[in-house]
Amino acid sequence: MADPLSPDRGYFGKFGGAYLPEILVATFRSLEAAFAAAQADPGFWREYEALLAEYSCRPTPLTFCENLTRDCGGARIFVKREDLNHTGAHKANNVLGQGLLVRRMGKKRVIAETGAGQHGVATATMAAKFGFECTVYMGEVDVERQSPNVFWMERLGARVVSVKDGSRILKDAINEAFRDWAANMDSTHYVLGTACGPHPFPAMVAYFQSIVGKEVRRQVLERTGRLPKRVYACVGGGSNALGVFSAFLADQTVELVGVEAGGRGLHTHKHAARLASADASLGVAQGYRTYFLQDADGQMHETHSVAAGLDYIGVSPILAHLRDQGRVRFESATDDEVVAALARTVQREGLIPALESAHAFAQAFKEAPQLSPDDVIVINQSGRGDKDIFTVADAFGDPLWRDFIRRKAASYASKP
Amino acid sequence: MSALEARIRQAKSKNDILLMTHIVIGYPSFAASLEIVDAMVEAGVDLMELQIPFSEPMADGPVILAANQKAIAAGSTVERCFAFAATVAKKHPIPFLFMSYYNLLFRAGVGSFVARMRAAGVHGAIVPDLPPEEAGEYLDAMQAADTDPIFIFSPSTSDERLRQIAGHARGFVYCVARKGVTGLHTTFSAELDAYLARCRAATRLPLALGFGVQDKTDVAFLRGKVDIAVVGTATLRLIDDEGVSAVGAFVRGLR
Repeated sequence: MADPLSPDRGYFGKFGGAYLPEILVATFRSLEAAFAAAQADPGFWREYEALLAEYSCRPTPLTFCENLTRDCGGARIFVKREDLNHTGAHKANNVLGQGLLVRRMGKKRVIAETGAGQHGVATATMAAKFGFECTVYMGEVDVERQSPNVFWMERLGARVVSVKDGSRILKDAINEAFRDWAANMDSTHYVLGTACGPHPFPAMVAYFQSIVGKEVRRQVLERTGRLPKRVYACVGGGSNALGVFSAFLADQTVELVGVEAGGRGLHTHKHAARLASADASLGVAQGYRTYFLQDADGQMHETHSVAAGLDYIGVSPILAHLRDQGRVRFESATDDEVVAALARTVQREGLIPALESAHAFAQAFKEAPQLSPDDVIVINQSGRGDKDIFTVADAFGDPLWRDFIRRKAASYASKP
Repeated sequence: MSALEARIRQAKSKNDILLMTHIVIGYPSFAASLEIVDAMVEAGVDLMELQIPFSEPMADGPVILAANQKAIAAGSTVERCFAFAATVAKKHPIPFLFMSYYNLLFRAGVGSFVARMRAAGVHGAIVPDLPPEEAGEYLDAMQAADTDPIFIFSPSTSDERLRQIAGHARGFVYCVARKGVTGLHTTFSAELDAYLARCRAATRLPLALGFGVQDKTDVAFLRGKVDIAVVGTATLRLIDDEGVSAVGAFVRGLR
């Protein structure tokens, strides 16, 4: 079988491609060439690993969860700690890798889209470190619900543009970033945050995130002497899932489980499950071909999830292909299941997964009791939840927090 | 020579620069769209782009983007756009083209979309997110239906690629005047002349130039350099600011 992470003319099976306005074709060609040259240079990956070790705490640990293992009464549960990356999520891996590439290409400005704000903060951080000018596009709805991240991006020197078109969320921020790029491609690189979009972005983002899986495979063998029975990862665009899955693709005994946002339940159609529900269909948008949540004409639907980072219409063409090949199983977890899984993980292990990552925990909790104590499972904790205190507190409906915010607002109201 | 190209050459024999205008079907309403088309044809436009609205119009600037979204919200489905196109193509003698994004063709089935387009009397299509590399099925369907795929040249396109694209094009070629999206200002300058000379060298098809063409001065600059001046965002802006009734006088004043 061909390497599943290596596209054939931009395609993974029938997914992927590069559906680009002509004005951007030359830019994509030079990005493709720069990425190929970096991949072929053995020094590049070493430079990448050294940067991540020094700046982003890599390799991140694999943590054994003794209490959750006992509670579930089945498989031994290990958690990969991507939450310990600098800026709090796996997003840093891709961003720092693309930063090195930008430096090689000699560009001076970076732009990014962001939904929850993690990718925006990671990009603004990278830009501060490398001395790049930075603009982050963020849907107006997300700006409203993620003000703390906007605050940090601006402190880091980025300009945050609130996107007021369309449904004013992640997909609209992506469209706006492409419009900026179409005007400024000579000076600017678009740091796309996930393994979606036109070729070579899916392959490139998966390449940088593959560092996660490489570490996990080595760590789990060292710790347990065996490969995991199952690996769980949440799936928004798909970059953390591809990162942790990629090292196990050839290990047929390892079952890979992608967990999408079930939102208010698949039957309500208020969700973002592209691969785990029957609601999505094949389409071409935002420059690539994959399953989209769209109507019969091809107009994109609004999606819903408690986790902004999973709230997206499309999904990585690489994951769509791996699903069709039967290599990755897709499930979904509802908002309620996710909040419960988050509460349980915080209380039993003192770990605080992001709402996005808690989807993977929720599915693992459903399945672990059916497995044997000899089995090992790995959950990818793609990001940390404590810095999203506003969102998490809302998800918990915490009354003390609400009172605190009211008092805080009142104290601001009395200041000029 | 395609029927569309023949029509363009015939019109060109009477006028040294042709005008192509643009509407978003169903914006601000279907009734208004009909009035706008009538007024534009009455004012003498030679060709018209009928944009089928899409929720993610990546190559369009804020004005056309907003019109797309409002048209969809007001019920502009692909079905109604076909019916609209058939109505105006029957009513008016000028060639009409569809402009839309590939997903709408892909979802309908490219072959079926193109056949219906032909049946509606539409002469060609502009699909800005479909480069020739991804266009195999579309090119076959357009060939089979004897309708014209209008491809796009841009200032960042190399000479070699201009020739490759020209090899797939029929009817005419749409030259994007500058970087960026629709609706921004374009500086009509010597740099643009050099780019248009590269376009001219790459194809014998008629050339249209769009993106930022706003007024009579811009159209005058293009005389003798391209065959067709494309006015898109400027009329939408006018409709937003002054209403449908302002369209006729504006178009008449363009050349």
